[in-house]
Amino acid sequence: MIKQDFVALAPYLAVAGGIVLLMLLVSFWRSVRVMLTMTVVVLLVSLGLVGVGIGNPPHLISGFLLIDGYAALFNALFIIAAIVTALLAYGYMRGRGGEQEEFYLLLVLATLGAMTMAAAHHFAAVLLGLEILSISLYVLIGYSEEGHPPLEAALKYLVLSGVASTTMLFGMALIYNATGTLVFSELGSTDFAVPRDELYYLAGQGLLFAGIAFKLSLVPFHMWTPDVYQGAPAPVTGFLATVSKGAVFAFVLRYALITDVLAIPVMSTVLLVFAVLSMLGGNLLALLQNNVKRLLAYSSIAHIGYLLIALLAVGVLADSLIAVEASIVYLVGYFLMTLAAFGVVTVLSSSSMEVDAESIDAYTGLFWRRPLCAVIMTTALLSLTGIPLTVGFVAKFYLIATGAEGGMWLLLWALVVGSAIAVYYYMRVIFVMVQKGGGDSYTHPSVKVEGMAVLVVIGLSLILFGVYPSPLIDFVRSSIGIAGG
Amino acid sequence: MNLLALILLMLAGGGIAWVSERFNPKAPQWVALFVLLLAGFWVYGLWVSGDGPIYAETKFAWIPRFGISVYLSLDGLSLMLVALTLFLGVVAIASSWTEIRERTGFFQFNLIWTLAGLVGVFAALDLFLFFLFWEVMLIPMYFLIAIWGHENRGYAAMKFFLFTQASGLLMLLAIVALVYQNYATSGVLTFDYQALLGAEIDPDIAFWIMLGFFIAFVVKLPGVPFHTWLPDAHTQAPTAGSVILAGVMLKTGAYGLIRFVVPLFPEAALDFRWPAMVLGAVSVIYGGYMAFSQSDFKRLVAYSSVSHMGFVLLGVFAWNQLALQGSIVQMLAHGFSSAALFMLAGALQERLHTREMSDMGGLWVRAPRMGVITLFFVVASLGMPGLGTFVGEFLVLLGAFQVDVTVTVAAAIGIVFAAVYSLSLMQRSFQGPPNTNVETMADFGLREMSVMLVMALALVWLGIFPQAVLEMAAPSLASMGVGAP
Repeated sequence: MIKQDFVALAPYLAVAGGIVLLMLLVSFWRSVRVMLTMTVVVLLVSLGLVGVGIGNPPHLISGFLLIDGYAALFNALFIIAAIVTALLAYGYMRGRGGEQEEFYLLLVLATLGAMTMAAAHHFAAVLLGLEILSISLYVLIGYSEEGHPPLEAALKYLVLSGVASTTMLFGMALIYNATGTLVFSELGSTDFAVPRDELYYLAGQGLLFAGIAFKLSLVPFHMWTPDVYQGAPAPVTGFLATVSKGAVFAFVLRYALITDVLAIPVMSTVLLVFAVLSMLGGNLLALLQNNVKRLLAYSSIAHIGYLLIALLAVGVLADSLIAVEASIVYLVGYFLMTLAAFGVVTVLSSSSMEVDAESIDAYTGLFWRRPLCAVIMTTALLSLTGIPLTVGFVAKFYLIATGAEGGMWLLLWALVVGSAIAVYYYMRVIFVMVQKGGGDSYTHPSVKVEGMAVLVVIGLSLILFGVYPSPLIDFVRSSIGIAGG
Repeated sequence: MNLLALILLMLAGGGIAWVSERFNPKAPQWVALFVLLLAGFWVYGLWVSGDGPIYAETKFAWIPRFGISVYLSLDGLSLMLVALTLFLGVVAIASSWTEIRERTGFFQFNLIWTLAGLVGVFAALDLFLFFLFWEVMLIPMYFLIAIWGHENRGYAAMKFFLFTQASGLLMLLAIVALVYQNYATSGVLTFDYQALLGAEIDPDIAFWIMLGFFIAFVVKLPGVPFHTWLPDAHTQAPTAGSVILAGVMLKTGAYGLIRFVVPLFPEAALDFRWPAMVLGAVSVIYGGYMAFSQSDFKRLVAYSSVSHMGFVLLGVFAWNQLALQGSIVQMLAHGFSSAALFMLAGALQERLHTREMSDMGGLWVRAPRMGVITLFFVVASLGMPGLGTFVGEFLVLLGAFQVDVTVTVAAAIGIVFAAVYSLSLMQRSFQGPPNTNVETMADFGLREMSVMLVMALALVWLGIFPQAVLEMAAPSLASMGVGAP
C-alpha cells in the first residue's frame, strides 16, 4: 500500500474508523442521541472525503477496488441515504423498547458494505461488500423487539438472500474455473478470453446473474420482496429499497462495463426478459395491494425493471458512458423518491401501533390532517408516476432517451405500458389522501422533528431536480468523465 | 414581454390564493379573480401592441444536455386560445362563486394552476416543454374532480387521469423517437419545434410516430373511440372544472393536431387523412346520437361536446384553408357555448340538487331569465346561422367537401342530431308542465346574467363577424403552409 492508496481510500477508512469508534462508544456510554450524532458526523466526514476526491483520476488498488468518479457518485448516494435513514429511524424508534444504540452501528456497517460494492473491481471485493451489507441488513430488518413481522421478514431474507449469495459465489467459482481470474479488467481483456459459449463460463455467468436478479428483486426472483418490505421497520425498508439495490446495481453495471458480458447474446436476452417481466409484473401486482409498503415494494420491482434499460444500453450504445450517466441520474431520482415515500410511512408510524402506518386506510384524509406529510407523499408518488417537474420524470425521461438512442423499442413499450398501469395505484393513494374523514380511527403519532426536516429537504429536492436538472446532469457527467456540459 | 413571467405570475397567484384562505374563506376567489384579470390584461396588451405574426416570444436554454429550451411563443392562433383560456377562467371562477364552500383556497389554487398549464400548452414551441405543460395541467384538474366532484368522483377522476396519462406517455415516446430520428440524420439533438419541422424521417417510422401524437390528441379532443372518459369526467366535475374541461382542455387536443401532427408529419398525415376524417364524422354522429339518449343534463352536454369536436377533427384533416379556419372558429364557439351550458347545468344542480331532466320540466315559469339564456345557447349549439357554431361547422363542411364528399355528407347529417338533442334538452328541462317537486327556484342574479351575456355576445360576434378571427389565424396557418401568407 502506498500513500495514494490511502488518499483514495480515505472515505472508506473514515467509515471503517467510525465503526470502531461507534463500537467503543456504545460499550462505554449508552445514549441513543449520542450514537445518532456520532453516526451522522462519521457519515458526513466520509461524504466530505468523497466530495474532495471526486475530481481525482481513477485509482486502482491492487486490482481489488477501483476508486473513481463512478464509485464516488454511488458512495455519495449511499452515504446520503444512510444519513436520511438514521435520522428517520431515530424518531421511529423513540418510544419503542429495547437497546437501540446498535442500530446505528449496523447501519454504518451496511453502508460500508455498499460502498465496497460500488468500487469493486474483483469478485472477492464484491463478495466482501455483499456480505457486510447483507449480514447487517439481516439484523436491521429484525431489529425491533416487538411483534412477529420483523422477525419473520428477517428470517425470510436471511434464508433467501443467503441462497442467492451462495448462487453468486458458485457462479464466480465457475467463471474462475473457465478463465482463471477474478479481476474484472482481466475478465474483459482479450488475453484471457475464453470462448463466450464455453459451458462453465456461461453457467457461471448465469448463476451470477440469477443471484443478482434475486438481490435486485427482478421478476421472477421477486417473491421475497413484498413480505420483507412489509415486515421490516419502515426506515429499514427505505434503506433496503435504495442502498441495497443501488449497491448491487453499482456492481453489476461496472461488471457489464468492464467485462462486456452483455455482448453475449443469451445474457442480454435473459436480462431483457427479466426487465420486461419486472416492469409489467411489478406494476400489475401492485394494483392488487391495499398495503402501502407492499405497494411500494412492487413499485420498486418495476422501477428496477426500468433501470435495466440503462444496463442493457451498455451492450447497445457506442458510447457506454451515456448508459452510466442515465443509470446514475435515474438512481438519484429513485433514491430520493423512494426515501421520501418510506420516510412518510416512517413518520406516520407510531410506536403504539402493532404495525407501521401501512394500511391504505391509514392515509384517508391525510391531506387535511397532516398536510405537510401528505404533500410530501403526493410529491413522491407523482415523482414515482413520472409526472414532469419532479425528479422522477427526469429519471424516466433519461431512460426513454437512452432507449431511443439505442433503438430498444420493446423495452420502451414495456416501460410505457408499465407506467400507464402504475398511474392507477399511485393515484389511488393520492385520491385516498384527499378524501374527507378517516381521522378518528387512527392514532396521531407525535411529530418527529428530525424526520420531518429530512423529509422536507428530500421533498424540495424532488421538485428542484425536476425543475432544474442541469446542474445535477453536469455534475454526473463531469464526475464519470464525459467531457462538456 | 416575457411569457414565462406570465405563467409564473399565474403559478404564484395560485399559491397566494391558497394561503389567503387562512384570512378569509372568501379571499381565495378574489385573489384568483384578480390574478386572472391581471393575466388577461397582460395578454390584451400583447394583442393590442403586437403586430403579428408573432405577438410575443421567449426563448432560452434549459437543459442543454438534451437540447431542451424554454421556448414560448404566441402567434395569432395561440394568442386567441390563450385569451379564451383566461376568459373562461374568469367565467369558471364566477360560476363557482357560491358553489364551493369547502377548502376554497386549494380549489382556486388548482383552478389557476390548470389554467397556467393550459396557457403553457398553447404557448410552448419546445416539444419537451409542451409535454411538460400537457402533463402538469392534469394534476390540478384531477384534484378538482377528485375533491370537489359529485357522487361518483373517484371513478371519474381516475378514468380521466388514466386515459390522458396513458396517451401522454405514448406522446412522450413519440416525441423522443422523433427527436432521436432527427438526431440520427442531422446530428443535432434538439426539441425545438422549428428545427424539427424540417426533420427527415423514414416514412414508415414517421407514420408510427405520427400515430403516437394523433392518439394522444384524439383522446383529449375527444374522438370516438377514445371518448369514454369524457362523459364521466364532465358529469362528475364541479362546475368550474366542467367549464375548463369542455371550454379549454378539449381544445388542447385540437390545437395539438393543428400545430404538431400535420406540420411535423405532412406525408404521414396525408396517408392517414381518410381514417381520421371518418373518425371525425363518426364522432359527430355518435356524439349526437348518444347525447339524445341521455337523461342527465350534464351528460347530454358532454356528449354534445364529442359531436362538436368531431367537426374539428374533420376540418383539421381536410387540411385546407376553409376547413382549418372553420375548425378554429368551431373551437372558439364551442368553448363559449359548452362553457355556458355547463354553467347552466351547474346552476340547476346548485338549485335543484339534481341533474336528471326527469326531475325538471317547466322551469321557464320559475326562472324565466335562465330559460331565455338556455334557449339562446341551445340554439347556438344546434348551429343557428348568425352564431359562431354555424360559421365553424359550415366552413368545416365546405372545406371537407372538397376532399371527401361521402364523409362530409355523413357529418352534415350529424347537424340534424344536434337539432334533435338540443331542442329535447330545452323541452325536457324548461318547457312542458311544471314539475311539482320544484316549488320555487332562484333565477339568475346579476353576476350570472352578466357572465352569460358576455358569452352570448361573443357567440354573436363570432357568428356575424368571424373575419376578425380568420384574419388573426391566417398568418399562423400560412406558416404551416396553408393559404396565402
